[in-house]
Amino acid sequence: MGAHDVAVLGVGMHPWGKWGRNFVEYGIAAARDALDDAGLAWTDVQFVSGADTMRNGYPGYVAGATFSQALGWQGAPVASSYAACASGATALEVARTRILAGLCDVALVVGADTTPKGFLAPVAGERGDDPDWLRFRLLGATNPTYFAFYARRRMDLYGATRADFARVKVKNAAHGLSNPYARYRKAVTEEEVMASPVVSDPLRLLDVCATSDGAAAVVISSLDFAARHGAGSPVRVAAVSTVTPRFPNTVIEMPNFSTDSTLAVPAPDLPFRDSIAAAAYEQAGLGPADLDLAEVYDLSTALELDWYENIGLCGPGEAEKLLRDGATTLGGRVPVNPSGGLACFGEAVPAQALAQVCEVTWQLRGRAGDRQVDGARTGLTVNQGLFGHGSCVILTR
Amino acid sequence: MTKTRVPAVEGWFTLDDEPHLVGSRCTGCGTVFFPAERTACRNPGCTGLDFEEHRLGRRGRVWSFSTNHYAPPAPYVSPDPFVPYTVAAVELPDEKLVVLGQVAGEGPGLRVGQEVELVLDTLYEDDEHEYVVWKWRPVEPGPNAPTGGVTGGV
Repeated sequence: MGAHDVAVLGVGMHPWGKWGRNFVEYGIAAARDALDDAGLAWTDVQFVSGADTMRNGYPGYVAGATFSQALGWQGAPVASSYAACASGATALEVARTRILAGLCDVALVVGADTTPKGFLAPVAGERGDDPDWLRFRLLGATNPTYFAFYARRRMDLYGATRADFARVKVKNAAHGLSNPYARYRKAVTEEEVMASPVVSDPLRLLDVCATSDGAAAVVISSLDFAARHGAGSPVRVAAVSTVTPRFPNTVIEMPNFSTDSTLAVPAPDLPFRDSIAAAAYEQAGLGPADLDLAEVYDLSTALELDWYENIGLCGPGEAEKLLRDGATTLGGRVPVNPSGGLACFGEAVPAQALAQVCEVTWQLRGRAGDRQVDGARTGLTVNQGLFGHGSCVILTR
Repeated sequence: MTKTRVPAVEGWFTLDDEPHLVGSRCTGCGTVFFPAERTACRNPGCTGLDFEEHRLGRRGRVWSFSTNHYAPPAPYVSPDPFVPYTVAAVELPDEKLVVLGQVAGEGPGLRVGQEVELVLDTLYEDDEHEYVVWKWRPVEPGPNAPTGGVTGGV
């Protein structure tokens, strides 16, 4: 047991979908479920950490306060975090460090979103000094464009095929079939993926994740509080990594126009995505061989394969073989995305990193139903938010 | 009436027949930035505040690329009907960085490792103006052109 562990007392989610309602409604539904799961009242919460949404006006920028007000002001201090897709992990880290500093015993972390249809677009207006706006204006470089760059690199460097990418979708669709929180619960065949329209070549519609409404919440506490509360042997957060890149960052990333130049300083030993999990492993005193499962951010099917290598499940260029061998399928050596992943959920940005934590928690409790990974004791979540946000959580029991 | 050619963004590229992207170079450590950084050097080991203009090399090799088949959201200005377009990530050997740009002309047939050069081309038009932007155009492959992937890791 690590000196920096905190307990996960409760988790809750609002089903993912395209419900078209206010994000606050989803957020407090998830929060109430997490509190019920923890056996705590809202008034027991001593700190609220919200993950922000950028597309729902002012209430979205002050999510911690928004959810607190909706649940009924009870005086607890709040924080609101934005780190794009990594917002949930950042919000979790704010709460965790507050507990570890001894400033509170129990905290509620919530993320929720309502998303528009279609591509995620930049903030509106004439924003000539905003690289996120300019990449759409000058290049038409949508998010799937960047995912496609990585996918084509796998094809060129490692001989990956479109069929390999399709197999990731087939696997994740099968995993998510009975997940009550997933938006898409339908088996998909390789042929269906290959026949879906091309979005950003080589990626097709069924290779790229949708955008969804949804919410996830986590109640965490100090280990002392958990023991006093009679939590038995709770799932513990053993590590949270929210690292940023090291200069020079040599992989082209959203929303950038270029990579950093290596003229003056050589590239770091670990590329950014590798460094995210490495920091978490170091914190937890664990390594890839200790993992029973992982929830990785499959914004695209091909990106899931990159993550296998980034979190050390296999070496560079070996992800396709790991997938084909069934190692990452339920029943395999280290199932990846037993929840169904973004392939079944679609992305609800500030909720997604917390949804990963919810899934791993259910898995480590042995309460994941048909998608249970047998005997799971250690799980990892990993994710990356644009503008340089790493996100990795290791949970153990 | 002839439309006036104007850059779609000010100061990011030159407007001559052999155009260059315009970046900046830190006079302290020599790091090149595109788009130009003029505030403070982003090398964490350098405290440089002074930059000189740096025109990036006009040729590089394709690191990766993708053709988009769906119209992106605003602020991209799509023609009606929408026309698919290709965006390439190109490795510049002199600056040791990868820079994006749309591909002029045909995207399909492009391959990783192919040599491309910088040109100016129309991004979109209105009644009075033609807005131009930098694009990458494949250089005619010579007899010794590479056929495989790029070497070296960027």
